[in-house]
Amino acid sequence: MLKKTKQLERKVNNFMDIVNETGPTLLLGIKAYFKGDMDKFYELSDKMVKLENRADEIKRNIESELYERTLIPESRSDVLSLLEALDDIVDRGKETIQEFDMEIPQISPRYHEGFLNLTELSANAIDQVVKAARNFFNNSVESRHYFAKVYYWEKEADRESGRLIKKIFRDERIEDLSCKFHHRSFVERLDRVADIAEDIADKLSILSIKRSI
Amino acid sequence: MILIYLSSGLFLGWSLGANDASNIFGTAVGTRMVKFRTAALIASVFVILGAVLSGSGATRTLGKLGSVNALGGAFMVALAAGFSVFWMTRLKLPVSTSQAIVGAIVGWNFFAGMLTDYSSLAKIVFSWVLSPVLAAIFAILIYLLVKKLLRLFPISLLRLDVYTRAALIIVGAFGAYSLGANNIANVMGVFVPAAPLDTITIFGIKFTSIQQLFFIGSVAIASGIFTYSYKVMQTVGNKVVKLTPLSALVIVLAESLVLFLFASEGLHDWLIAHNLPALPLVPVSSSQLVVGGVIGIGIIQGGKTIKYRIVGKITSGWVITPLISAIIAFISLFFLKNVFEIKVYEPVAYQFSKPAIKRLSNQNIDKDKLALNQRFENALSLKKYIHQTNYLADSSLDEIVKFTRLDSFYFSAQKLNIFNQEAADWFSTPEIKTINNLQGEEFVHEWRLKQRLRKILDDSKRKGENYRKLAKKIDFVVETFRTAE
Repeated sequence: MLKKTKQLERKVNNFMDIVNETGPTLLLGIKAYFKGDMDKFYELSDKMVKLENRADEIKRNIESELYERTLIPESRSDVLSLLEALDDIVDRGKETIQEFDMEIPQISPRYHEGFLNLTELSANAIDQVVKAARNFFNNSVESRHYFAKVYYWEKEADRESGRLIKKIFRDERIEDLSCKFHHRSFVERLDRVADIAEDIADKLSILSIKRSI
Repeated sequence: MILIYLSSGLFLGWSLGANDASNIFGTAVGTRMVKFRTAALIASVFVILGAVLSGSGATRTLGKLGSVNALGGAFMVALAAGFSVFWMTRLKLPVSTSQAIVGAIVGWNFFAGMLTDYSSLAKIVFSWVLSPVLAAIFAILIYLLVKKLLRLFPISLLRLDVYTRAALIIVGAFGAYSLGANNIANVMGVFVPAAPLDTITIFGIKFTSIQQLFFIGSVAIASGIFTYSYKVMQTVGNKVVKLTPLSALVIVLAESLVLFLFASEGLHDWLIAHNLPALPLVPVSSSQLVVGGVIGIGIIQGGKTIKYRIVGKITSGWVITPLISAIIAFISLFFLKNVFEIKVYEPVAYQFSKPAIKRLSNQNIDKDKLALNQRFENALSLKKYIHQTNYLADSSLDEIVKFTRLDSFYFSAQKLNIFNQEAADWFSTPEIKTINNLQGEEFVHEWRLKQRLRKILDDSKRKGENYRKLAKKIDFVVETFRTAE
């Protein structure tokens, strides 16, 4: 029983590792896109697809094991919804990188730094929410320390995206309004990743309270 | 024939298994932490072990309250208790087998003209009040301890789940053992004085009459667990009180500890030997212990207030259940005796015999005022007599009853033969020899025989034997050579 549980714990850890990889992969992918290094970009895009497939596979595996072995009956549905939400991060990351590939946005080099900054802030939020989730699984009271950090990075990402959108729409060098909209939609997509992290932190803080016996 | 008489006890056992197993494995099964089959198997095995190995303590206390001395009476007492439980459950009133059986025994006492030992009754009622309070205190302490431990040594969610399952099974086994030890008295206690079975030997292990009765009773409990407790467990686990597996574990542990405290002779003796307060060995209600535990956790969590309606219901149960059960027992005993002409009690007479008068004069009773060989047909007439006289204080009633009670013991060669066979492996050779020296002797008072046995067995110089072992041997000799039917 304990052996199987250890295996399951390993699976949960693997899943968390994958979610955690989403941030840096997305960041590197966008960097490569801005540099015009398309080989690197496609390589990272493929990696993201693989991460997403792997995350889905592990998540389904954990789900079926939790049901088949009737594990953690009281918190099973909470845990499954948590895994689902974490999986959303990977999905979002994959979709974003693929959207760069499909829509080929012409982001003005003046905004590259801002976009990369925003991606990094979102990646930080992901990093902290994964730490909080790991702590939740390990039953540590430290979970709540990470929530504050998630909220911090999410706010920073909001601020950065707000700043970028304002700047884009006041930029006279971009004449085409559709181009401004395109810029804005990518800012929002990158910011959305941090929003998902924030939603998960909210969920986790409720689960942590429910968990205290 | 004996099985027909035992049937009411078996029914009581079945309903106890069906209802009370859920107090131990209810949440574990209801939340699917433990499979029903696993829970039922463990509960059954440990209920049987608890009953056979440790069931006698609480039974003795019930015996002191009233020793039902005819099978017909025992049958009706158990049936009256079973019927009260059934009826009150139908009326959705809180009910406990412990309280029903005590009421039925008191009903029998009234019918048979026996005196109710009010000190035993007070002890029992006090235990009913104390036990849920103790369960609440234990639940609070265990809860705080578990919380502290989990904070100091965090365990991962999945591992905690495995450990909780294992703990639910281990604590459940302990709970089932304690339930068997504590509650078998309710099921079979009344049959102990009335149904002497022969000692049997299986694989070289001797099973006394009491152990056989307890085994049969606990098998009835086990059948209740297997056939009906699943439904009750589903209700307890999912509807009535919603508990997390971990808080369920805390409550079951608190409940099991209290059941054990009120059942274990070993613990009782140990506490007394170490000058610690020991609890009387009394059958208590496991359902009320669970409610006590839930209230305890409610208090410590702060959010929930005590539900006074439930507390009020339990309190009313302490009075209503025994009362209803006593009335049912009294009426049904009347019918059984007068309509069906079945013997429901052995009359016990009392006599101021020479040794009794001599013994009573040691208790500050003026022996010159006692009429030698004056006889009373039952305890009530003796009580009436003492009440009417001005030279016998009512307070000396217990002693007068004890020393004048008539019985009959005869050390015949035939009974000595049986004794020699049965005592061979737990009495020492000098002890057996000492008992054999009593051949041909007769006793009319139990206290006198016990006094004699204590004297001669102590004289045979075995050192280091504790009081309880000696008392058990003496009880065995008394039961073996009793001739009164």
